[in-house]
Amino acid sequence: MTEPLRRPKRKNPVLRTRMPTLPPVARGRVALGLTAAAAEGRFALQVCRDCATVQYPPREACVSCLSDLLDWTEQDGWGTLSAETVLRHSLETHFRERVPLRTGIVKLDAGPTAVVHIHGDCPPAPARVRVAAKLDRSGNAVLIALPEEDTPNMSDDRQLRELTADPKLRKVLVTDGKTRVGQAVVHALIDAGADIVWVGYAEPWKKAPGFEEIAELPQVTAVELDVTNPQSVKSVAGQIGAKVDILINNCEFHRTFGIADRYGTETARAEMDINYFGLMRLAQEFGPALRSRGADGQNNAVAWVNLLSVYALSNFPSQGTFSASKAAAYSLSQCLRAEMQPAGIRVINVFPGPIDEEWNQLLNPPLLAPEAVAGAIVKALRDGVEDVYPGPVAQDWLARWRDNPKVLEKELARE
Amino acid sequence: MTRRRQGYDDIVVTTPVTVPYVRFSTKGAHWFIGRVVASLVNDAGIEKAAIDGLSLTSMSLLPDTAVGVTQHLGLTPRWLDHIPMGGVSGIVALRRAARAVQAGDAEIVACVAGDTNQIDSFRQGSANFSQFTRDAVYPYGAGGPNASFAFLTDYYMRTYGAKREDFGKLCVAQRTNALSFPYALFKTPLTLDGYMNARPIADPIHLYDCVMPCAGGEGFLVMHRTRAEALDLPYATILGTIERHNAFGEDVIQFRGGWAVDKDELYDMAGVAPDDVDFIETYDDYPVINVLQFEDLGFCGKGEGPAFIRANTFTNDGSFPTNTSGGQLSVGQAGAAGGLLGTVEGIRQLTGQALGVPVPEPKVGLVCGFGMINYDRGLCSGAVLFGAGKGTA
Repeated sequence: MTEPLRRPKRKNPVLRTRMPTLPPVARGRVALGLTAAAAEGRFALQVCRDCATVQYPPREACVSCLSDLLDWTEQDGWGTLSAETVLRHSLETHFRERVPLRTGIVKLDAGPTAVVHIHGDCPPAPARVRVAAKLDRSGNAVLIALPEEDTPNMSDDRQLRELTADPKLRKVLVTDGKTRVGQAVVHALIDAGADIVWVGYAEPWKKAPGFEEIAELPQVTAVELDVTNPQSVKSVAGQIGAKVDILINNCEFHRTFGIADRYGTETARAEMDINYFGLMRLAQEFGPALRSRGADGQNNAVAWVNLLSVYALSNFPSQGTFSASKAAAYSLSQCLRAEMQPAGIRVINVFPGPIDEEWNQLLNPPLLAPEAVAGAIVKALRDGVEDVYPGPVAQDWLARWRDNPKVLEKELARE
Repeated sequence: MTRRRQGYDDIVVTTPVTVPYVRFSTKGAHWFIGRVVASLVNDAGIEKAAIDGLSLTSMSLLPDTAVGVTQHLGLTPRWLDHIPMGGVSGIVALRRAARAVQAGDAEIVACVAGDTNQIDSFRQGSANFSQFTRDAVYPYGAGGPNASFAFLTDYYMRTYGAKREDFGKLCVAQRTNALSFPYALFKTPLTLDGYMNARPIADPIHLYDCVMPCAGGEGFLVMHRTRAEALDLPYATILGTIERHNAFGEDVIQFRGGWAVDKDELYDMAGVAPDDVDFIETYDDYPVINVLQFEDLGFCGKGEGPAFIRANTFTNDGSFPTNTSGGQLSVGQAGAAGGLLGTVEGIRQLTGQALGVPVPEPKVGLVCGFGMINYDRGLCSGAVLFGAGKGTA
C-alpha cells in the first residue's frame, strides 16, 4: 500500500541544494512517436496496417511481415508482469539518487513485451497490470505498470510522482486570481492538496467579483502582480520565486475583432503585452529559480502551465488579433519548454475552446465553464502531460487541424 | 532438401594469447590489439606478413573498425572481418576464419580481440548499446545489463526453483579455478557465505554475480593442419560448430538460448555426445546464463539446471569442469575479449598449455558464446566442440 505523502520538514538552509539531473534523454526519431502520444496522456504503439501485429520497441518495419505501414494506435495497456527486479545501483547519477527502483518486463495482451517502471502497489510477478505511458523528467515517454484497480494514495508512489507534476503538498502561483478561471483554478488546486497558493492580481483599484473570498482562503496569499510591468514581475519573483513549485500563467487580455473592424494597433498591443510579453517577463524572472529547484526534495519545482487557446493553432478571424497573440504565446512556450527541459521542469500548454466569459458572449455554445478549464489544468498536472485541449470545441478543432490545417483555415474564414 | 554442412577436417586452431587484464588503462584499444598481434606473431614464430587474414572484435575501437587497424598495424590481409557480436564473437570469428582457410581464401587468420577500459567507458557503452536499448531499456534506471539479467534470473528462479546458493556454487568453483590463473583480476578465494552476503545490485543479482569490466586482449590463429605441423605448433581440432541469432523471439522472458535449436546438429557434426565432453567454457556474464548453457547443450533437461548443479562439482578436478581459468566472473570481462576468453582457454587446455590447473587429459572441450542483449534477451548464441589435436611435445 502506498504511504500517503507528508509535508516534509523545513528545509535546512545551510545545506547545498541538490542540482537537477535528467534520466537518459536520447531517443530515436521513431521512438519519439511514443513520446508524442504520452505528451497528450495516451499510450500508443505502432500497429501494422497489413498484418495487425503490434510493435514494440518502436521500429521502421513490421517485425512480422516487413511492411512499413505502421500506424500509432492507442493501447489499453493491459498485460502480465512477467519478471522484475529492484535496482539498487545505477550507472546514471539521476537514478543513483533515486534507487531503489522497481522495474520489470510486462507481456502486453496486445503482443509485445515491454520494460517498465512498476508502481509499488502492483503485486509481485506474475501479476496482471495496466501499463501507462508517462513523460519522465527529460520529457520523454516511459512506461509504468499500474495496479489492476486504483489504490489509495496511488499518486504518492515515489516512482509515479517522478513522472507527474502533482500539486499535492506543492506551492503554486496562479498569476491572475481576478478571473473566474483563475478562481476556479485556485479552488481546484486546494482540492488537489496544494500547500500554498499565491494568487496574483493587477490593477488593484478594479474590484473583481469573487476575489476577496479567494484571498481569504487559508492556503491563499494574494500578491500584487502586473505582468505588463517588469518591475512588478521582478519584485514578486524576488519575494516568492524561490518557493514556487508550479507556476500557472493564466493572465490574459481578451478582445474581439481582427484587423479591419478596429482601427489602430493599441488593442492588439495590449493583447500582446499580456498574452505574449507577459509570459516572457514571467519566464525571465521566475525561470532561473524554478530551474534550480528541479530536484529540490520531495516537493521540488516541477511545472509551468500556460493558459493558451485553441485559437493558437489556427486563427479565428472574429477574434483575429487575440488569436495571433495566443499563437505567439504558443510558439514562445515551445521555446520555454526547451529551456526548462535541462532542469526537468514540465511546460504544460492548455488550449481551451471559447470559455464562457464576457468576450465570448456572441459565440454559439458549447462554451467551456471556468471550472472545466480549472479541472483540465489540475488533471494535466496530476497526469504529467504537456498538451491539453479541453472541451468539445477544442477537441473538434484539434482533429480538423491535424487532418488538414489548410481546410480548417478555410472553414474558420467562413464562420 | 537441406544440404549437409561441411566438416572442418584439417582446419586447426593454435597459439592461444592473452594480454594481461587491468581494471583501467590509459592505453587505447589499438594498443591491446597490437599486443595480441605481436604475441601471436612471436609465439607462432612467423613473420607479421604471414598473417593474411584478420578477424577483429572490439568495443572501444571507434571511430576505427578492423579497416583502420590494418593500416595502424601495417597488415595487408586478403581477408578481413569485423565482428560486433559481443560474447559470441570468438565462436563466430572461429567459424568465419575456418571457412576462409578451408576454401583457401587465407592461409593464416589471426582472430583478435582487444579493448581498453576507462573510468566512464562502461556507462557510455551501456547507454548507446543498441537502438532498442537506447529507446526502451536504458531510460528505466540505467542499470545496464545488470537489470536485464536480473529479469532473466528472477524468472528462472521462480519458474524452475533455482536458489541463489545454486548460482553461488558455480561462482565459488570458478573462483577456485581462477586462483591459479595468472591473468585473473580476482585473486582471493570466494566462499558461499561471501557470495550470499555480498552487496545487492539488482535483486536477485548481487555483487559476485557480476563480471568486472576491464581492459585486456585475447587471440588465436586459425590455419591448415599441415601449416601448424610445419611450424611445429600445438593445435586443437574443430569437431563441430553452431551459431544462431534471435532465436525463440516468442518466449516472453528468455529461458533458453539459440543453442537449443542447433544442439543436435553440433553433436552430430562432431560425432560425439554430451557425455564425451571433458570440460566446458561457458559464456558467464551472469551465472544464470551458465545454467541455460548446461541445459540447452544437452547436459540436463530444461529446468533441471538446479538439480544438475547440486549433483556435480565444477572445479578443474571436479565432475564437470567449467570455466577452467575462472571465467569472466573471476578473470574479468575485457570488453569484446570476453568473447574469446573461453576459446583461448579451451585451446590451452586441449594442447597441454594450461596456465593454471589443467583438466586431466581432455580429449573434447566445448566452448560456448552468448551475447548482445539488444533489448530484453541475448540474441546471439554459438558453440564449438574442439578436439585435442597435438599437444606440446
